[in-house]
Amino acid sequence: MTSLSDVANAVAPRVPGTRALGTGLEARGIHAWFGKHHALENVSLDFAPGTVTALIGPSGCGKSTFIRTLNRMHEFIPSAAMAGEVLLDGKDVYAPGTDVTKIRLQIGMVFQKPNPFPSMTIGENVLSGLKLAQLKVENKDDLLEECLERAGLWKEVKDRLGAHGGSLSGGQQQRLCIARALAVKPQVLLMDEPCSALDPGSTLRIEETIRQLSETMTIVIVTHNMQQAARVSDYTAFFLSDGGPGQMIEVAPTTEIFSRPKDKRTEDYVTGRFG
Amino acid sequence: MSTVQPTRPWVASKQDRLRDALIFVGAIVFTYLLVEVTPLKGKLAYFIVFFFSLMIANGFTGGLRFGFPAAKDAIIKTLVAFGAVVTVIPIASILGTVISKGYKGIKLNLFTQDMSMATPTDPLNNGGILHAITGTLTLVALALIMSVPLGILTALYLTEIKGRFSKPIKFLVQAMSGVPSIVAGLFILSAVLYPITKSYSGFMGALALTILMIPTVARTSEEVLNLIPQDLREAGTALGGTQWRTVAMIVLPAARSGLITAMILGVARIAGETAPLLLLTGGGDKVNPNPFSGSMGSLPYYIWKSFNAGSEESITRAWAGLLVLVVLVLFLFTSARFLSTRKVSR
Repeated sequence: MTSLSDVANAVAPRVPGTRALGTGLEARGIHAWFGKHHALENVSLDFAPGTVTALIGPSGCGKSTFIRTLNRMHEFIPSAAMAGEVLLDGKDVYAPGTDVTKIRLQIGMVFQKPNPFPSMTIGENVLSGLKLAQLKVENKDDLLEECLERAGLWKEVKDRLGAHGGSLSGGQQQRLCIARALAVKPQVLLMDEPCSALDPGSTLRIEETIRQLSETMTIVIVTHNMQQAARVSDYTAFFLSDGGPGQMIEVAPTTEIFSRPKDKRTEDYVTGRFG
Repeated sequence: MSTVQPTRPWVASKQDRLRDALIFVGAIVFTYLLVEVTPLKGKLAYFIVFFFSLMIANGFTGGLRFGFPAAKDAIIKTLVAFGAVVTVIPIASILGTVISKGYKGIKLNLFTQDMSMATPTDPLNNGGILHAITGTLTLVALALIMSVPLGILTALYLTEIKGRFSKPIKFLVQAMSGVPSIVAGLFILSAVLYPITKSYSGFMGALALTILMIPTVARTSEEVLNLIPQDLREAGTALGGTQWRTVAMIVLPAARSGLITAMILGVARIAGETAPLLLLTGGGDKVNPNPFSGSMGSLPYYIWKSFNAGSEESITRAWAGLLVLVVLVLFLFTSARFLSTRKVSR
């Protein structure tokens, strides 16, 4: 049986920042609250351009909350509050006067459950971001093909772009959601457990997609599947809550996290002793 | 090579069905004998005796075969079936009465003439209800135009904006849906008709109907919008849409069929409404295409007026009007249902 560190080593190491857009994303001293519940405490994490960072950790440790603070989706929960800075190309996304819709255009998101828009066809779903944000594009057909191609879905749907998004399988729907997120050309793509509702075959397809995408954008992926973290990511951050607010215990290149973690708790988690 | 035949061992066998049929016939015979022999009389007696004898017979056979729990199961099954029948009987009997009494008045001239040149005692081939049909359609259309935007906007405030006033507004909308229609009529009479327009018109009636229709549309739309998964709103916002664009492009289209149902329920609430129209529309006998001036007829008004006239012909006309009203509402329902279930296709 191969160990997780072997899997991670098998992924060719990439040089960060070679082909990426922008200068990356930095989270500085992020705290998050839901009402009085302190959910996340003092997380600082840099995402270098063109890298894939996996966030791992047991349920309820604040991973999803953390990535939702990055594109300002956290504020959707009525009782939510936060502290800290999220710097995109050096500018705080929470600074007063920031156009939040622009931030979300630059930092795209793929959700845990596939959620194609039910009233739209496959083609309309992919291009929905353009309409939502009222962006103009020269050639919609080219963009449609490009996004579906990059999401690994073009071959399967090219003959039925007029069919409803709901007519696809779960894995196809999730790739449709990825294509939809790509159409507005984000610099950063946040993925909140994108494969948790999918079968192993679809999961593999999406992992291939993630690896291809990382050549042109920065990716942050929350996952409960450590094999997946080892397969797709360059860096891994381990989150943990000891009953109090969630904290980031350790961040390191993925090979190191799975072979020689510095923290005892990380080691216990990645070797399956708890969690 | 032997092929396996598909079977359905759980389906009732011939013996089972024969036994059930015998019990049913037996219960009918027993009921007939009991009502004939004892002083019990009337349709109600037949119905109740039949119900109890069938229930007991079913329970007894079930109990004999599989014991006490099966007996209870059979009794409850009979009870539920009777519940369904009891619910359908009044509806079927209303429809039956309306059809049997109304069809005599259905003549071609009913749909091509109004009552301006006819008196209540005129024969049925003179005069018609064109003015009432056009009036009701005008009133419903006006009320629809006014109440659907207001109702859906209210629902959007409650589900999407969730502002500071959501709770009191929700309470008021619920309270408003219980307002008696005569109150809405009196309100428009005293707040608009007497002080401002000083004359009957279709528009006054439509205003009162709007007041009655808004709560139904708003509450149903709110329930429908609450069923739209939060996921979709988040997905729209995460793609860089403003809240308004997300609602307009994703939430409302996803809720489309439910919103159409909300409109149907609103129309159903007001189509047969009579009290405010008696106060506000003046109920003329002539086709009046202008809802803003002059009195306007409507089907409920026409029915009320014809019954009051008392002559044999006018009562037949009233039943014919009822039949037309029922068919009209039924038509609105089915067409809206058809629109709401039709798949969006390109």
